[in-house]
Amino acid sequence: MDPYIFLIQLLNGVQYGLLLFLVASGLTLIFGIMGVINLAHGSFYMLGAYLAWSLTAQLGNFWLALLAGFVLSVVLGILLEWLFIRHLYRRDHLQQVLLTYGLILIFSELRSIVWGDDVHSVAVPTLLAGSIPLTETLAYPVYRVWLSIVCVVLAAGMYYLIQHTRLGMMVRAGASNREMTQSLGIDIGLLYRLVFAFGVALAAFAGMLAAPVSSVFPGMGNQVLIICFVVVVIGGIGSVKGAMAAALLIGLVDTFGKVVEFEISGFRVLPELAGMSVFVMMAIVLLWRPEGLFARRLR
Amino acid sequence: MSTRARWIALFVGLTLLFAFPLIGDRFYVQFVSKILIMTIFAGSLNLLVGYTGLISLGHAAFFGFAGYILALYSPDTEAAGLLTSLLLSVGSAALLALLIGLLVLRTGGIFFIMATLAFAEMLFYLFHDTAIAGGSDGIYIYQRPVLMIGGWQPLDLANSAHFYYLALFFSLAAIACIHMLLRSPFGHVIVGIRVNEQRMRALGFDTYRYKLVCFVISGALAGLAGYLAASQFGVVNPETLGWHLSGSVLMMVILGGMGTLVGPVLGAFSLMMLEESFQSITKHWQLLTGAVIVLVALYLPRGFAGLLRKRADTDKLPPPGAGGSGTPAAAERPHV
Repeated sequence: MDPYIFLIQLLNGVQYGLLLFLVASGLTLIFGIMGVINLAHGSFYMLGAYLAWSLTAQLGNFWLALLAGFVLSVVLGILLEWLFIRHLYRRDHLQQVLLTYGLILIFSELRSIVWGDDVHSVAVPTLLAGSIPLTETLAYPVYRVWLSIVCVVLAAGMYYLIQHTRLGMMVRAGASNREMTQSLGIDIGLLYRLVFAFGVALAAFAGMLAAPVSSVFPGMGNQVLIICFVVVVIGGIGSVKGAMAAALLIGLVDTFGKVVEFEISGFRVLPELAGMSVFVMMAIVLLWRPEGLFARRLR
Repeated sequence: MSTRARWIALFVGLTLLFAFPLIGDRFYVQFVSKILIMTIFAGSLNLLVGYTGLISLGHAAFFGFAGYILALYSPDTEAAGLLTSLLLSVGSAALLALLIGLLVLRTGGIFFIMATLAFAEMLFYLFHDTAIAGGSDGIYIYQRPVLMIGGWQPLDLANSAHFYYLALFFSLAAIACIHMLLRSPFGHVIVGIRVNEQRMRALGFDTYRYKLVCFVISGALAGLAGYLAASQFGVVNPETLGWHLSGSVLMMVILGGMGTLVGPVLGAFSLMMLEESFQSITKHWQLLTGAVIVLVALYLPRGFAGLLRKRADTDKLPPPGAGGSGTPAAAERPHV
């Protein structure tokens, strides 16, 4: 493989992996801390992308749209926790699956009512519209580089927040023993609400960031949800570190799986099976380490 | 409900079901056939969710796969034999369940939910992205399977009443099958696994193997439903493997009342009729379905059968101190 093409694919894989991490980390945090399996998590990614599209059109500025979208998604997260999710903490997984599945249907129809079912695209903001030339013919878009950097910064911030701040300490305490934390005078209800809203905002933010590089389409939420499940199963539930490792792994496997298609175009079956490579990896991990690569840290 | 009321309800229900093609419009006969097929599907999932305590969110994999096997096996110009194609489809679904079960049963709880969903989606992408069977458009079955005994053809599946009775037969057979299974020692073990798997292991049961057998039986029954659905509609597409179907069949199990024999039947009938009426109201009917699902999850976690059961329990409460180990309520301990 040409080293520059290899480099481009490597960067793409890392960027896709980092984006997956933003979504999957919310999923794994909400489960690790609150014990809730949230199927509607992919919907927030989809809503984020649609918000980015519609707000950019309304406000005429991608950055303002990003900010407004973030605030809106935090509000949505708080509202959802208050309306639905807080009733689920004491219930078993079945009711959590059911309720969040119902939310998927609701969000998908609301999207269809508000924004329609069309595929849209969001323009890359002018500030980041350029490309970095690699050779005479190959270049790498600045936006993708910026996207990766933002994801890394967010991941580092999240690590710091959970491991080194007082708030993070309370969150970790709440994850390991709800009653004990409550009796120490910490408002666990508020804490859970914050965690949930944060998870929603992360997923929506990932959707907003992804909007300029991928198209905005109705099924994008479910697609990302399934891949995030794979990430969480491989990484180990509740483990943010595991989510990071697994997300990068999946990003690279998926991206290079598609390059193989490119290289061996003589074969007909192989490239089409590339989409399944991710699931094959999950099967291997399930055989080898059913609990995921990283034991859960938060619970 | 008292035992007598239950028998009467059963009798009336069965009479209605048997008489329906004689009185019903062709459209509704087909619609009820569809519901009957879904009762098989929901019953198969109930075996996992309600009795064994395994929440599968990828059960459509077996449903859709069996349909695909029928479609791929059927020749274009002539009809496939019903018995051979049925055996082949159900057998393939069982084999697939064995393969997936071997992997996913190594996990439990939330991992199990995610892993079943992920494997079903893998299958979805396999049929969606490749040209094996028509890609995303799906594949047609031009001739319905025929049942030939010697030179005699007792059933014509193109006839909606004939198909209806076939679906009714299989639906009742599946329920009877599940009923007998649950009354067998095997059934007691799987219910024991749901209540307390660790204790069953301590008693010397190889719970992994029991769960696997249960998973395969459940997959085979889902395959039966998928086979019937494919031969009813004459078309199979990737949606029949999709997680929306897995979600709605799970919804049927819960809406009806999981862990009860009639639950899936009640659930299939109520959800299908509800969706049908929503579809006649608005294009955005899934919004209403979603709202119903959310409300059921919040306020009716044990489904409609749970409503009936609650009344039955207050009818004849066990005397205090009797222990009540034989009452249905004791056998139905909430599984944590």
